[in-house]
Amino acid sequence: MSAFRRDKKEEEEGSGNPFQNIEKTTVLQETRTFNDTPVNPRKCTHILTKILYLLNQVTTLQGIERYMKQAIVDRNSAVSSAALVSSLHLTKIAGDVVKRWVNEVQEAVNSDSVMVQYHALGVLYHIRKSDRLAVNKLVAKLSHMSLKSPYAVCMLIRIACKLLEDEDSSGGGSSDSPLFEFIESCLRHKSEMVIYEAAHAIVNLRRTTSRELAPAVSVLQLFCSSPKPTLRFAAVRTLNKVAMSHPEAVTACNLDLENLITDSNRSVATLAITTLLKTGAESSVDRLMKQIASFVSEISDEFKIVVVQAIRALCLKFPRKHSVLMNFLSAMLRDEGGLEYKASIADTIITIIEENPEAKETGLAHLCEFIEDCEHTSLAVRILHLLGKEGPRTKQPSRYIRFIYNRVILENAPVRAAAVAAMAQFGAACPDLLPNIQVLLARCQMDTDDEVRDRATYYYSILETQDKPLANHYIVEGLQVSIPSLERALHQYTMNPTDVPFDMKCVPLAAVPSEEIVNPSAKGGQADGMLISAASSGSKVLAVAATVSREESYAEKLRSVPELVAFGPLFRSSEPVELTESETEYVVRCIKHSFPQHLVLQFDCVNTLSDQLLENVRVEVETPTGYQLVQEIPCPRLSYSETGTAYLVFQFPEELGATVGTFNATLKFLVKDCDPATGLPDSDEGYDDEYMLEDFEVTLGDQIQKVTKANFGAAWEEAGATHCELADTYSLSNMGTLEEAVKNIISFLGMQPVERSDRIPEGKSSHTLLLAGVFRGGYEILVQVKLALAAAVTMQLTVRSTNPEVAELVTSAVG
Amino acid sequence: MAILDNDGNRILAKYYDKNVFATAKEQKAFEKNLFNKTHRANAEIIMLDGLTCVYRSNVDLFFYVMGSSHENELILMSVLNCLYDAVSQILRKNVEKRVVLENLDIVMLAMDEICDGGIVMEADSSALVQRVALRTDDIPLGEQTVAQV
Repeated sequence: MSAFRRDKKEEEEGSGNPFQNIEKTTVLQETRTFNDTPVNPRKCTHILTKILYLLNQVTTLQGIERYMKQAIVDRNSAVSSAALVSSLHLTKIAGDVVKRWVNEVQEAVNSDSVMVQYHALGVLYHIRKSDRLAVNKLVAKLSHMSLKSPYAVCMLIRIACKLLEDEDSSGGGSSDSPLFEFIESCLRHKSEMVIYEAAHAIVNLRRTTSRELAPAVSVLQLFCSSPKPTLRFAAVRTLNKVAMSHPEAVTACNLDLENLITDSNRSVATLAITTLLKTGAESSVDRLMKQIASFVSEISDEFKIVVVQAIRALCLKFPRKHSVLMNFLSAMLRDEGGLEYKASIADTIITIIEENPEAKETGLAHLCEFIEDCEHTSLAVRILHLLGKEGPRTKQPSRYIRFIYNRVILENAPVRAAAVAAMAQFGAACPDLLPNIQVLLARCQMDTDDEVRDRATYYYSILETQDKPLANHYIVEGLQVSIPSLERALHQYTMNPTDVPFDMKCVPLAAVPSEEIVNPSAKGGQADGMLISAASSGSKVLAVAATVSREESYAEKLRSVPELVAFGPLFRSSEPVELTESETEYVVRCIKHSFPQHLVLQFDCVNTLSDQLLENVRVEVETPTGYQLVQEIPCPRLSYSETGTAYLVFQFPEELGATVGTFNATLKFLVKDCDPATGLPDSDEGYDDEYMLEDFEVTLGDQIQKVTKANFGAAWEEAGATHCELADTYSLSNMGTLEEAVKNIISFLGMQPVERSDRIPEGKSSHTLLLAGVFRGGYEILVQVKLALAAAVTMQLTVRSTNPEVAELVTSAVG
Repeated sequence: MAILDNDGNRILAKYYDKNVFATAKEQKAFEKNLFNKTHRANAEIIMLDGLTCVYRSNVDLFFYVMGSSHENELILMSVLNCLYDAVSQILRKNVEKRVVLENLDIVMLAMDEICDGGIVMEADSSALVQRVALRTDDIPLGEQTVAQV
């Protein structure tokens, strides 16, 4: 009986048979299973694929190659499919072997079976992936002959899309390409799958204009009213993506989208809402809000966060509607929800407050009500901090004091501590409230928690001195120094017991992390709807961390060089400046570090010549007058593709005006020819050589560290008394707009714009820019720049600084 | 791809991407999450954890097909329909938990035949059933061997 079976099987298998002679042991076990069940071709394909998976040796693969080729063109579609898919997996392991089967695969593409066509196309594409011209030809040929399989057409669309993207990056136009026409023709295909794939592809192509999008959008519009939820979901998701980049294109679909808001599938409804929010006009905002309010209680937290993000974008777009939106947001705050959800709402309200001064009062009022029964400590602390910052500047600060003091009575320790700090801010900024605040602070000194008591006592004693500058300095302005270095300095201080009190000045100031105003529409481009909030907050945190760590890493590196320790703490490091072109033999970058009295130039050099070994690498610099070379630390050895560092230490000239100037640099070194393979020098003797580098400048900005000031006005007033002032007027003839002027001034002076004065409201022709910074050596600088746009930009610059020379330097540098 | 029962316990599941849900624990957590979100709503499609999931339910079983968010949802839908129809044909319309468990081997075979390492193998349920058919009465009389008759 078993013999009969095996004969029968051999007849039916055809190509499967020879395999068993090769791998007798494993297949023998397989054949035992055949005794139970009747044989059919499907089983033999199973064995086929199993054998192929086991084979991971190329030699064995070559042995069965003939059989694989036969299997691919086998009449039986199942066998053929299996063979094709196995070869797809094999391309990862033994790609060149599979490439030889191209002809068979080509034949398979023309087969009748739907799935075989699809698999064959996949294999062909993988084989020819690296050769763009071949892929081009493939697509061209197949797009003209119509493929039976909708899966194959989808695959073809994806390949064409990728080709178009590659073409785009090398500069070709996209709309006239035959590939694009093919994709567009697919919009009219019989199968819905293909239509959707085509529409999706068009939408995702980077350089499509609205005109090209129109047919795709109309197709998606049709899908929106389809009975199948999957289609509706797909259509709305794609429309959402379109809305981020081309909102005008989607406005035609608004009516359909509104119908979808009440869809039974929650995901569809949420996506419809977010799309509408992005594209809605101002008049429809009220209506939309009503509709959303009814359904927002039913959706889950993740969707709610998506809706909140969309509302935030809306607030930024339509500032006049802030009252409606804020009411809505505060209603949402009062409902139940997780921390993430409430935090995102609070974030949105805070953004509205910051962007839109008219909304501040209402926003703060809503937030105050919220913290009355907020159960999340971190959120309450954040809001209290904000209240402390913004409250004193409102028209009636006393209103907020009641809310804050209630927190002190009712909440847990971290919230109480934050409330005390907030009250102190009020006390410092509003002199008429000061006596009341003192009373409240005195009561807090009896608190059970020690942090709260400490803070209360600290603030009480400072406020009692009635010393305004002191209060400003310690209460209003935050801690300016970088926290990790403060920690390190304190640690060192406690290690070595001395009588000298700890000096804050020795801790370097922190570079202010640039506030990233993340563009809401750009956020969405990165990730899908559900992941928007995570992606954007992640990127913001990363950006801040990157700035801080760069300074830290430079400080670490400099500390590791023993000769440099003597010059004191690092004040400021500049961005790296390239001193050579990128493709030259030696690549040199320069970073300028300012220390209190000295300038350290760090030269990072890379040797890109494999047949040279450089020793004693140093840079010789011609300096402007006044600079004195103090020390030179060469790089002892630089082999191929290694990065080495050489240092030069100069003492800053006494006269500050002379610190700004141009340096010419030359790279000097000892060259030894060496063997490219081993890197060992041919001989011990070498010859001196030099290499010209580009000039670089030491500017005013290199010596100034950015500093934020929470309350510029108070600091300016104070500076009027104690600092010296210089003012001058200039005409900036080569700048056309206020924005350009502002940007240039900020980058030139290297100071920090405060109180959002770097943002110019629309349509204004005059603006005041406020800048704050600290000059090397600890001299504070405050700059007020009044800009007016008439025919050209005129600028009135007022500088107040503790050091008259510094003030003069600033004014002369700008002029 | 997964089949869950009406308590959210796994009957059958195959994950084809080693980067997504690498450990069994993650898989179980994901399935639980998926079940919670879908067993009440009777919509067909949902997005979870950055994956698009299409699903269909019967008496006491839930069929799921998951794909990355870049995939064409309609393709996922056709795979789901194929799986569902094939299973119902194999079990002769008795798509319920007990019958599935009795014929688990055939259902597993069917699942493997539909999708191989993440690539869609077959989308037509009748062709699929033909390949998987192991019952004696599904093969025409002329091809059966002496022992089967």
